[in-house]
Amino acid sequence: MVELIAKTPFDGALPLEVGTVSASEVDTGVLTSVAPYKGKNKALSEALKGAHGMAAPAPNRATGKEGSRAIWFGREMVLLCGPEPDAKLGKHAALTDQSDAWAVARLEGENAAQVLARLTPIDLRPGVFKRGHTARTELQHMMASITRIGERSYQIMVFRAFAQTLAHDLKIAMQGVAARQPR
Amino acid sequence: MRIEGKGLIDRGQQINFQFDGHSYQGFGGDTLASALLANDIALMGRSFKYHRPRGVLSAGSEEPNALVTTGLGAAQEPNVRATTLELHEGLVTKSQNRWPSLGFDLMSLNDWAAPFLGAGFYYKTFMWPKALWEKLYEPVIRNAAGLGALSGKHNVETYEKAYAHCDLLVIGAGPAGLLAALTAARAGADVILAEEDTRTGGRLNAETLEVDGKPGAVWAEEITAELAQMDNVRIMTRTSVVGAYDQGTFGALEKVPHDVSMRLGAPRECFWRIVAKRAVLAAGAIERPVAFRNNDRPGIMTAGAVRAYLNRWRVATGRNVVVFGNTDEAHRTVADLQDAGVHVSALVDARHHAKCDLDVPFYAGAEVCDAGGGKRLESVTIRTAKGTENVQADCLAMSGGWNPTVNLTCHMGGRPTWDRDIAAFVPVDGAVPGLSTAGACQGDFSTHKCLEAGVAAAQGALDDLGLKRADVVAPAAEDGVYDIYPVYAVPGKGRAWLDFQNDVTVKDVKQAAVENFQSVEHMKRYTTQGMATDQGKNSNVAALAVLADATGRGIPETGTTTYRPPYTPVSIASLGAGAQCKGFAPERFTTSHKATQEKGAPFIEAGLWYRPSYFPKAGETHWRQSCDREVNMVRNAVGVCDVSTLGKIDVQGPDAGAFLDFVYTNAFSTLKVRRVRYGFMLREDGHVMDDGTTARLSEQHFVMTTTTAAAGQVMRHLEFVHQCLVPQMDVRFTSVTEQWAQFAVAGPQSRDLLNDLLDTPIDDESWPFMACGEVSIGGVKGRLFRISFSGEHAYEVAVPSRYGDSLFRTLMTKAEALGGGAYGMEALNVLRIEKGFITHAEIHGRVTAYDIGMGGMVSGKKDCIGKASAARPGMVEESRERMVGLKPVGEVKELIAGGHLFDKGAEAVSANDQGYITSVGFSPTLGHNIALGFLKDGPARHGEVVRMVEHLNGVETLCEVCHPVFFDAEGGRTRG
Repeated sequence: MVELIAKTPFDGALPLEVGTVSASEVDTGVLTSVAPYKGKNKALSEALKGAHGMAAPAPNRATGKEGSRAIWFGREMVLLCGPEPDAKLGKHAALTDQSDAWAVARLEGENAAQVLARLTPIDLRPGVFKRGHTARTELQHMMASITRIGERSYQIMVFRAFAQTLAHDLKIAMQGVAARQPR
Repeated sequence: MRIEGKGLIDRGQQINFQFDGHSYQGFGGDTLASALLANDIALMGRSFKYHRPRGVLSAGSEEPNALVTTGLGAAQEPNVRATTLELHEGLVTKSQNRWPSLGFDLMSLNDWAAPFLGAGFYYKTFMWPKALWEKLYEPVIRNAAGLGALSGKHNVETYEKAYAHCDLLVIGAGPAGLLAALTAARAGADVILAEEDTRTGGRLNAETLEVDGKPGAVWAEEITAELAQMDNVRIMTRTSVVGAYDQGTFGALEKVPHDVSMRLGAPRECFWRIVAKRAVLAAGAIERPVAFRNNDRPGIMTAGAVRAYLNRWRVATGRNVVVFGNTDEAHRTVADLQDAGVHVSALVDARHHAKCDLDVPFYAGAEVCDAGGGKRLESVTIRTAKGTENVQADCLAMSGGWNPTVNLTCHMGGRPTWDRDIAAFVPVDGAVPGLSTAGACQGDFSTHKCLEAGVAAAQGALDDLGLKRADVVAPAAEDGVYDIYPVYAVPGKGRAWLDFQNDVTVKDVKQAAVENFQSVEHMKRYTTQGMATDQGKNSNVAALAVLADATGRGIPETGTTTYRPPYTPVSIASLGAGAQCKGFAPERFTTSHKATQEKGAPFIEAGLWYRPSYFPKAGETHWRQSCDREVNMVRNAVGVCDVSTLGKIDVQGPDAGAFLDFVYTNAFSTLKVRRVRYGFMLREDGHVMDDGTTARLSEQHFVMTTTTAAAGQVMRHLEFVHQCLVPQMDVRFTSVTEQWAQFAVAGPQSRDLLNDLLDTPIDDESWPFMACGEVSIGGVKGRLFRISFSGEHAYEVAVPSRYGDSLFRTLMTKAEALGGGAYGMEALNVLRIEKGFITHAEIHGRVTAYDIGMGGMVSGKKDCIGKASAARPGMVEESRERMVGLKPVGEVKELIAGGHLFDKGAEAVSANDQGYITSVGFSPTLGHNIALGFLKDGPARHGEVVRMVEHLNGVETLCEVCHPVFFDAEGGRTRG
């Protein structure tokens, strides 16, 4: 029997640490896109709450916590991160395994928002993009999902095939920000 | 000459720098201009056209004359304004547009030829003979005229772009801007204060005026310190806001200080996109020079600049200064100079009613009408009612009044209005939504009015933002009356300069009017006034005043030219920041990328994806050798190819089948579970959009594949169809392109290879042609599709992407053991052309199903997108260019994609065009080139010989029209 060896999306391109900011690869566990069928939004939210302990997020919001999160992922779509999806969810929504489709990174540190401000046009001010807020937006030239998961940390997702480019772009931005810090 | 006094320089920090090969010293806080003036250097450049000696005119970003080139080699940067260039240790600068040297410039001969080089000279003088234009005139003019030059080398420095958001953007940190920022910040608004200078304070840094009982610069420092401590304030110095755009977006260029930009990874400049809910423009005003004969002599500068050099940098711009103005500021200039111990030999005030209480020779109602000297001013001629008088001077401080910096208010189409009281244009309210103006840029020329306007503008913004007003009161400050007598050009003979940078004189503007270029926009183009890097900041108003006079209209009727972004020059490098090298576009790598790289395969870009062209083997010296081998390998043994780049779309829901029926021309609701079907979809206009296979995994679950190129387009199309055309259908779809690593395994031995991997072997019965289903490989759940793009017995096997690298390596090794191996895009292309399979080379957007011989696949039993359009008259005519195969039959064997087809005897001109070739490959299976193409009524012409003509390469080939399937027409090999 052959043995297939698994590789992570970043395959060694992360972690990176420049100045006060670090970027590291995150193993989010199972990723499932959950797309509610017609008129099933409420039922899905309840099923999600019952099975995984969190309601379906409103647009631009994420629910849950580290290890078990539901991220708004676009029009009528939620990305369940962490747990194997409960079979009951399938009654209300189309479930698709996306565990291998995304490269997931965590950007963390005092100047993390400044680094992101070099890559994405969204408003990252603390009072506007709060913890639990998320956005499907552009990051350099890639379509990304960015979620604020802590006071100074963000989860960034891009297509798996863009992992090397994300690591490259993060590094350039991190260097630019670090170089400006007073010494 | 440096004089005593504190100023805003750091005498403790001595800085060495070079100008034109000579070494000089300056102090911390100096600009190149202030440091050169301190070293008694007045000559800093040569003019654009006439190569006249020029000195510094201003002390700000509007500087037209003192442009230098900094740096060496690839990092060389031309046209840097000496007035804004911060001095740093080791700075190397040189003057521009002179040869062989600044002091002795041979091109200054142009000045003697001035009568021939006036406005529009190139339109008139060089019209004939035509042959000489490109060969002689243009090179000569280009050589003689111009600014600095680029290095011509690749720029290796880093530039950056960034985004910022705020409630209030304050543009300019003079008294108005500072107080606007403070007012908004104290009320809790998020404030960005942008200032193009290295420090805040604006004119307060250049004047001796007091605010709140303190020197203005000290007050500015205190306010800045308060702002700097607030979390909701970001002060951005060295940042010029260059453009106002839709929805509160502003472009701004930040110059990173030299010491910071030298650090690893640090940018030299950063281009900011600032999105602000509200903005206050407090951009100040720019002083207007006066046009009189020889007013461009080095040593002649604006009075405001003279005060700035004196008060901020403690530099006397001359030993013997004449002041010429038309407001009370002329008197303040004299007072400042005299206080600093600089000799003032005359005060010339254009106002007849002016009084003077200073100890200086005073000329009221007088003008300066000429200037003597060469590389430095030596004297000025003063004209009064009594006659003229020569006065010795090495510096003239002149002022024609101030022009509010209205530029940004006009970036969205607004035009300023003329204010007679201040003889200047002022902005119109609401010209840029959400932006209000405050201070000198709206015509408030007293310091106290500026401070009040700053508070008021911020209060207005706070109201709009729904924040409670902060209680800020404008402090006590100078509150003089701006009493101006307009003087734009002093009458008289000789050349009086308006636009220093483009060498445009009063005479040129008058000439334009005489030649009927009377609109201000026409005058601008005809004379080139306002078209240099300063964009007419110093000259526009005076030039249009001269034009108004020459055409007998008033200034308001004449109007201004259009103010466009950028306000100050922006380097292309900063606009394109982040897009150099790898930043140009994201690189999308398949899971087999590394293994493919290790095999030495060259890559070809397909959209953002990188795919291997071919896999060279030792001894192969030409790509064709590798390609032929790979084709033979697939035909005779087994080949492996990464096909993960094809779009994969998961389609689920009760209406999934019905939805697919609607987007595809053929039916999918009838497809059995565990089966795959080929289909193509049409655009709404009836032309073919994309093709691919769709597999039915369960009753309500399909996986659609698209071509690599059209994956995004198809996804967008499906969204459109679902959201807009059939919202009633209960169907959901999402891309799974990245979830699965998918590999084609093709060739007679494909099943043998797979059975070596699969946990449960397959056979023809369990996995017939067009079957699909789940498989297990080493315990990993995958998917297997028996489909073929090569015409061979073939499969596509998919595993979750994390296993892609491993599976590809395994497949490659096992294929090699069977006499096969990996194949690339070249072989893939040849294999599919041999089989007459289409790609986007064929379905390029202008072809119908009928054209590609698949009209029968448009189901008659149901509706689909594009069906009605595809049935329109003309869409199904036999005479349409329809798909055929082509093979060479004459002496010449070459076929070229893009070549056009003609009847054998017809002339190769477009009127005789019969069609064109879309795809070409050399078929090692058949031993000659083969092609797919489109030919008028093609299917009826099999066996006919036509002529391919490819005009670009001059190739002509006779070819026989044939069926597009060249190989195994019955498909026996595919079915195995």
